[in-house]
Amino acid sequence: MKRFFGFVVKEFYHISRDRRTLLILFGIPVIQILFFGFAITNELKNVRIAILDQSKDVVTDRITDKILSSGYFILEKNLQTNDQVWQTFKEGKVRAVVCFQPQFAKHLESDKKASVQIIADASDPNTANMITTYISAIVSSYSTELLNGQQIPYAISTQVRMFYNPDLKGIFMFVPGVMVLILMMVSTTLTSISITREKEMGTMEVLMVSPLNALSVIVGKVTPYLFLSLINCASIVLLSVYVFGMPIQGSIVLLFAEAALFIFAALAIGIYISTIANSQQSAMLISNLGLNLPTIMLSGYMFPVSSMPLPLRWLSNVVPARWFITIVKGIMLKGVGIEYLWKETLVLIFMAVFFTFLSVRNYKVRME
Amino acid sequence: MENEHIIRVESLTKRFGDFIAVNNISFEVKKGEIFGFLGANGAGKTTAIRILTGLSAATSGKAIVAGYDVNENPEKVKKEIGYMSQKFSLYEDLTLKENITFYGGMYGMKYRDIKAKTKELVERFDLGSVQNELISSLPQGWKQKLAFSVAILHNPKIIFLDEPTSGVDPYTRRQFWLMMYEAASHGVTLFVTTHYMDEAEYCNRISIMVDGRIDALGSPSALREQFNAKDMDEVFRIVAQNKKT
Amino acid sequence: MRKILYIVRKEYLQVFRNKSMLPTIFLMPLVQLLVLVNAATFDIKNINLFVVDRDHSVYSRDLVRHYKATKYFVLTGYGDTYQQGIDQLQKGSADVVLCIPPHFERDVYKQNTTKIQLLVNAIDGASAGVINAYSAGIIQSFNANIMTEFAAPGLQSVPLINVTQSYWFNPELDYRTYMVPGILVLLVTMVILSLTSLNIVREKELGTIEQLNVSPIKKYQFIIGKIFPFWTLGMVNLVFGLIIAKGLYHVPIVGSLGTIFLFASLYILTLQGIGLFVSTRSETQQQAMFINWFFNTLFMLTAGLYTPIESMPQWAQTVTYFNPIRYFVEVMRMVMLKGAGVYEIRVQLLCIFTFAVVMNSLAVWSYRKRA
Repeated sequence: MKRFFGFVVKEFYHISRDRRTLLILFGIPVIQILFFGFAITNELKNVRIAILDQSKDVVTDRITDKILSSGYFILEKNLQTNDQVWQTFKEGKVRAVVCFQPQFAKHLESDKKASVQIIADASDPNTANMITTYISAIVSSYSTELLNGQQIPYAISTQVRMFYNPDLKGIFMFVPGVMVLILMMVSTTLTSISITREKEMGTMEVLMVSPLNALSVIVGKVTPYLFLSLINCASIVLLSVYVFGMPIQGSIVLLFAEAALFIFAALAIGIYISTIANSQQSAMLISNLGLNLPTIMLSGYMFPVSSMPLPLRWLSNVVPARWFITIVKGIMLKGVGIEYLWKETLVLIFMAVFFTFLSVRNYKVRME
Repeated sequence: MENEHIIRVESLTKRFGDFIAVNNISFEVKKGEIFGFLGANGAGKTTAIRILTGLSAATSGKAIVAGYDVNENPEKVKKEIGYMSQKFSLYEDLTLKENITFYGGMYGMKYRDIKAKTKELVERFDLGSVQNELISSLPQGWKQKLAFSVAILHNPKIIFLDEPTSGVDPYTRRQFWLMMYEAASHGVTLFVTTHYMDEAEYCNRISIMVDGRIDALGSPSALREQFNAKDMDEVFRIVAQNKKT
Repeated sequence: MRKILYIVRKEYLQVFRNKSMLPTIFLMPLVQLLVLVNAATFDIKNINLFVVDRDHSVYSRDLVRHYKATKYFVLTGYGDTYQQGIDQLQKGSADVVLCIPPHFERDVYKQNTTKIQLLVNAIDGASAGVINAYSAGIIQSFNANIMTEFAAPGLQSVPLINVTQSYWFNPELDYRTYMVPGILVLLVTMVILSLTSLNIVREKELGTIEQLNVSPIKKYQFIIGKIFPFWTLGMVNLVFGLIIAKGLYHVPIVGSLGTIFLFASLYILTLQGIGLFVSTRSETQQQAMFINWFFNTLFMLTAGLYTPIESMPQWAQTVTYFNPIRYFVEVMRMVMLKGAGVYEIRVQLLCIFTFAVVMNSLAVWSYRKRA
């Protein structure tokens, strides 16, 4: 037992001496959260548009004014002719052009009909969609103004309740994802590299023939990373709660218990990778290609799983992170307990056991 | 200005923070000598050799190697010297021939010369059977020979060897020294560090480093007489003990 | 300089003997192009809708039909109570719950205004906003139908502003057309950064760099020798990616390939400069990998690849000016989708040129032959 502790302590020393890695390990979650919280968002803001106003009357001025004062749009350029539209888009400076037909107000007065065309640069179709939706809404609110408060019969009004995130804060979506990514980076990638490093440098065999058996070596190597991950987890939670006001509606104990479970599964995967990789480079490659990349793409970290085509949605079920993200969102934002999360928890337990089994088997094979 | 001394070290010191690794050492090496740089592990030999080869900067003092000041003109020095490091440092994923071609190119040798030299070295060191194998597939003993052949590739005036025979069996060690003698017979100066005291007998002159200082300097026979010892092991023990008193 | 050629030769030999090289260069991009392109969308689809219908009338069913008719919503079930609806949200079985009050049809007939409740899972704030917008649109059109049905007086003399929407450069609003150029940038970036940042550190860890440092090779020769092979690999990667993009996704390449390659050359050079600089500053491969990952993630997220740069606060936008990925993403989209030429991308070209020079000089300066 004493030997085991000695070994674990040695591993801790190893890690604590590598200041640069440590800095990055603790720095990344902080930076990511800060960036996600303050900078990155898929909402619409500061959108540059151009206006082609071939009418230039009171009405078009009013509508333009409404558009520009909505807070979403910035006027980049006023265009004079149709030909300029293509060039403006080509230069990449504006995302949409709003075109008013000539003699707009006159048409509105006499024909009770006038046309506005919104040309959106649909390179980014999502933003384009949002832009046209917003501008249409602004124009139609102007129409409503024209009615001067006439009561419209047969109107259906909608009351919308936003659950779990009433202020529609973008950060709520990303925090669980960042947590998952960091935990995986440390628990899986770092662990697998660290064990493979001993293999590459030839010191693994020395360890193997030492009085410590294989299991103790692995557990000893992995323990520091367990702690690192838990600390990281805690720091991410603290940051998101105190800086961004993310709630913990559910039980903190459950949150950390699930986190520990996830870390355990991630560690098991890391160990498994180290049994099949022969060099640090290939360990890195496998964990990046096989785990990190799919996690970023398919776990719901950034992109909603429900929007993906069917085969990818299936694939997403194989990614452990996906289940943990659901758990974290459930506990922190919805406040649910284990009764609602038993399925996800079970999946994680299964994955942890599965990879532990595989790793142990691989090591036994190696020993023979 | 042909000097008889091809290496001249004056008051060379290297400090790492508070720790003094090389403590004010001075010595000279004659052209064509086999100079043994002995000392226990951690005495400062590797640090000293790294300064002489331009891999590390001295804190103070002077070292003139092959006519150039190592601190002022390290690159000029490097043209004249060869180096074999303690850790095997050829490319494991290349073959011997590829390694030689590469390093030949690094030293500015013409392709024709590289080819000729490759052939010569292969014959001289009996490497014919392995010249097209990846280095990673060769046993340790071969690797030493390979590293040495790369070190003398460009006909350097001096070859620095840092513990070239550590971790190698006695037979291979002897073979290696034969190889070094052969090189020395062509006029190459050899500067060898080692912690094997019996290898001291193979050298023309040796120095013994203890805790960063040179506590003994001279030919093996002179030192044996000086310390009244029957072999170098005993000389070393006496010198090492002296530091304690 | 012939010495550089020797280094190039050695690097190529090592690259091709490295078993993990081929997967890195071809497999990883393939996976990204196949999976990420299809996954990386903020398009909101397959929204799970749970309906609490407490009216069970013709109108309420009609309203639900309107929802089902769109491609956005998927009906998961019906319930009777408000609490059931909330339960569905808690379980995650529904993303949105539509609550139709009792007497819905009756109230519409009587010309009262009626109120529908929409409960939205707003964890993804932006999606929630979009779901809300879709829903509003559906209800509006349902409402308009009702109004025309009853031909209410006073509605004819309302002036109507007709809004038409045109989508240029991607008329089908295919998200993949938008993502592919960006993802091509991504895959080139990842490959180059990881290969070059590990390269020098690997030599350090194995000890082979000592033998090089002891030789009279000059620093700039060393760096240039390292740059060239990986530069070619990066270009190969890009071409490979472009072929897949065109062949699989039929992404248009409106502009000239020459423009793309011109920019790409400078871009790859910049990345290499960064990678080599990181490599000279790291002591172990592990460190290099982590520093690399750090910059990778940071740059990737703020490059305007997934989320628009303009939506960022001013300070963040300023920071992105130092992000080379941002420029390449912009250029790829401008050239591939809009046919921009060298003139239109002159600013980005100048910036990337400066970056390339600065980073590579930094790498040369940072590499010390003598400790």
